Amino acid sequence: MLNLTDVTVSYGETTAVDDVSLDLATGQVLAVLGPSGCGKSTLLRAVAGLEPVASGSIAWDGTDLAGTPTHKRGFALMFQDGQLFAHLTVARNVAYALRLRRTPSARTAARVGELLELVGLAGYDDRLPGTLSGGERQRVALARALAVEPRLILLDEPLSALDTNLRERLAGDLRTILRAAGTTALLVTHDHEEAFALADRLAVMRDGRVVQSGAIDEVWREPVDEATALFLGYARVVRGDAASRVLAAAGMPPAYAVALRRSALVLDEAGTLAARVESARVTPEQVRLVVEVDGIGVLDAVAPLGSRVSPGDEATLRVDVTRLAALPLTPIRSAP
Amino acid sequence: MSLDTTALVPRAVTRPPNRRVVGLLLLAAGPVLVLGLLFVLPVTGMVAEGFVVDGRFAPGAVLEVLARPRVHRVAWFTVWTSGVATALAVVLGLPAAYALHRLALPGRAAVRAALLVPFVLPTVVVGVAFRQLLGEGGPLGSLGLDGTPFAIVCGLVFFNVAVVVRTVGVAWEALDPRPGQAAAALGASPSQVLRTVTLPALRPAIVGAASIVFLFCATAFGIVLTLGGVRHATVETEIYLLTTTVFDLQAAAALSVLQIVVVVGLLALAARLRAVPDPTAHRTATPARPVRRGDTPVVVATLLVLAAMLVPILTLVVGSLRVDGGWGLANYRALSGTGDDQALLVPVTSALATSLRTAVDATWMALLVGVVVAAIVTRRSHSVAERRVRSTLDGFFMLPLGVSAVTLGFGFLITLDQPPVDLRDSPFLVPMAQALVALPLVVRTLTPVLGGIDDRQRQAAASLGASPWRTLLTVDLPVAWKPTLAAGGFAFAASLGEFGATSFLARDDSPTLPVVIFRLIGHPGAMNFGMALAASVVLAATTAVVMLAVERLRVPGVGAF
Repeated sequence: MLNLTDVTVSYGETTAVDDVSLDLATGQVLAVLGPSGCGKSTLLRAVAGLEPVASGSIAWDGTDLAGTPTHKRGFALMFQDGQLFAHLTVARNVAYALRLRRTPSARTAARVGELLELVGLAGYDDRLPGTLSGGERQRVALARALAVEPRLILLDEPLSALDTNLRERLAGDLRTILRAAGTTALLVTHDHEEAFALADRLAVMRDGRVVQSGAIDEVWREPVDEATALFLGYARVVRGDAASRVLAAAGMPPAYAVALRRSALVLDEAGTLAARVESARVTPEQVRLVVEVDGIGVLDAVAPLGSRVSPGDEATLRVDVTRLAALPLTPIRSAP
Repeated sequence: MSLDTTALVPRAVTRPPNRRVVGLLLLAAGPVLVLGLLFVLPVTGMVAEGFVVDGRFAPGAVLEVLARPRVHRVAWFTVWTSGVATALAVVLGLPAAYALHRLALPGRAAVRAALLVPFVLPTVVVGVAFRQLLGEGGPLGSLGLDGTPFAIVCGLVFFNVAVVVRTVGVAWEALDPRPGQAAAALGASPSQVLRTVTLPALRPAIVGAASIVFLFCATAFGIVLTLGGVRHATVETEIYLLTTTVFDLQAAAALSVLQIVVVVGLLALAARLRAVPDPTAHRTATPARPVRRGDTPVVVATLLVLAAMLVPILTLVVGSLRVDGGWGLANYRALSGTGDDQALLVPVTSALATSLRTAVDATWMALLVGVVVAAIVTRRSHSVAERRVRSTLDGFFMLPLGVSAVTLGFGFLITLDQPPVDLRDSPFLVPMAQALVALPLVVRTLTPVLGGIDDRQRQAAASLGASPWRTLLTVDLPVAWKPTLAAGGFAFAASLGEFGATSFLARDDSPTLPVVIFRLIGHPGAMNFGMALAASVVLAATTAVVMLAVERLRVPGVGAF
């Protein structure tokens, strides 16, 4: 179990990580989500022992790690771009940590084969990293990190260097592999899709602070403030009377503000909100609309494929309760 | 039906490869002609002197020379002293390279500049300094090392540690720290990280530095001549003795050929080991990290190296201030004269003026040719033929780095004294020889800088409507002006200290300072030796000032090979 208590990391005058406390239970995957520059990578490097902690403590199973250098922590760090050793073959890369521990060569070879099988790269043993694609390199980096069964694996945007297709495929694989190995993992990313694909728990970080943390669906359902909602993929935030109107249409009590996903409003003849269509764009799965809702303003909406809508049409909309989040009365600065 | 494929190629964008190669060759014509006239011609002239007897080609005599026992002894002596000196320079240079390029040591800029000074220090000065240190009455005189091979090895190491520190240090500075961190996160201790990740990544730089250092050691002239005398000769000093004292030109030519073959081989090897697939990639600027307690051994080793560098220089300064058992500036005052027993034809001060004038001329010549060469060899090639031409040119312009300065100087004497090139009385004879010696330094300083400019920057400028000149002005010049200035300073310092070729070419009535110093230590008389010490201090101080100015420009690649 990893415990971060009031961890602060500074670079000279600037505070990159400000008073962060987090807990990660064994066997779970925690994603730290935040925009670039929010201090999440610094936090990860501090856990790995690569950045000195100015104050607070990082502990594993109750033991403070302050005096433990990186190589004795037993945490494997997987970099954004893999950081494979270019002068070693795939097999030697994966075997790196095993050889450090003087594992007998027969056992090493068996383990390497097993790991390459696990990441779907059986037979790649003698290739050099330079000859691999981006996705293959990340897989090798993952196999290398898993080789000695680290008590914690640290993932720094493991998928963001990859293109969309590959990212989706590898995200699924990565989750399966982490589950299969029963590995505890701490993941940092700026991509909420990546976080949702891999993690059980989520912590949202902004300006060096953790603003919200909890189970992933909980955080997703109830973002603490506007900025968090927008960062979690909500398309727009509506405030004041307009918010109450939207919530009323959804049959929910009024709130200070409401965050709406792009699919929160659905074209429906039985709907209660009257609107005028401003633009319509066909996507492979649905028709995306921008609508001007009476008394509320410009919002996004969707219609099923095949709907006959064109700009200028009058329409009625229904609200999908599962695709909006009511926000508390006042914006909350940081989580308790 | 035939398909007209040329229509598919946008002609305005890609010029035909052949035209590019032709353009490249035209651009290269100037520097090639200069190097051909001033380098290839003299060297082949010197070599031909040995091979041609009475107008007939007679290689037999040359081969006979190579079978002489003395030649074997000299060759073996060259190889083992250079080998030992190279190994020592690498061992001493690595910790300093790390400490001075990766750690935020207080005053590291000054230490870096101080360590670079020995490399450009005139060889004669270093010879004098070591004799003062190890000779009778010197601080280490009781060890009886004066005139031994050990003294020569020490002198060579003294010179070349800077090359290792620079070359490896610059590579170390640019080394991405993340693979090392990845290794640490996989459980590798600091020493395991060093062994399994860092050293393999630095291998090209280390082997490259070692091969260049070996080259410098094997062709060292002034230092061996002043410390070894006639007793301990290397190939280089043997060539000098054979041409000036014994007048055995055949033997000298044979040794020159031997040396050129070895040098070309080593340069090719060094180029191979240095090559990186893409010079624009893998360059990161890692901020120096604060010193921790674990760094103590490295810091101590660096300080020891620094001390070892300072001791000979301090001995030199102290010696120059000793007059008849007391202290005084008499040796410096004597510099306006010509020494005891009229040891010199001109006062030392006028030799200093000559040196400075010569160095200015040599510098602009080396820069003029060097900038063009660097521009030529760093442009991205569009075809295999073009790449071959470029790499051949690159190797060609590096040749003066390793070819004996003595061979060059003597070759100048015997080939440039008749039409078509008669430079015997030209005031530019010495500067030209020195410019050739400095040319590789200029090219080596500029190529990493120009090669590091991503070609897409130029393409972006061009696509925004910039003409080639405008591109040069907005993309290349802002990056290149400081390194060019630094290369100029480096060339200036190297030219100030040049001794091998100059000792042949300088006329008796206008010698340079190193030549004067060598003459002074060869003449008996306490005053003459004192004057040699004082003149050495003046020369060393001048070069040091120039190098400090260069260091202030903060160009990372200066002194790296």
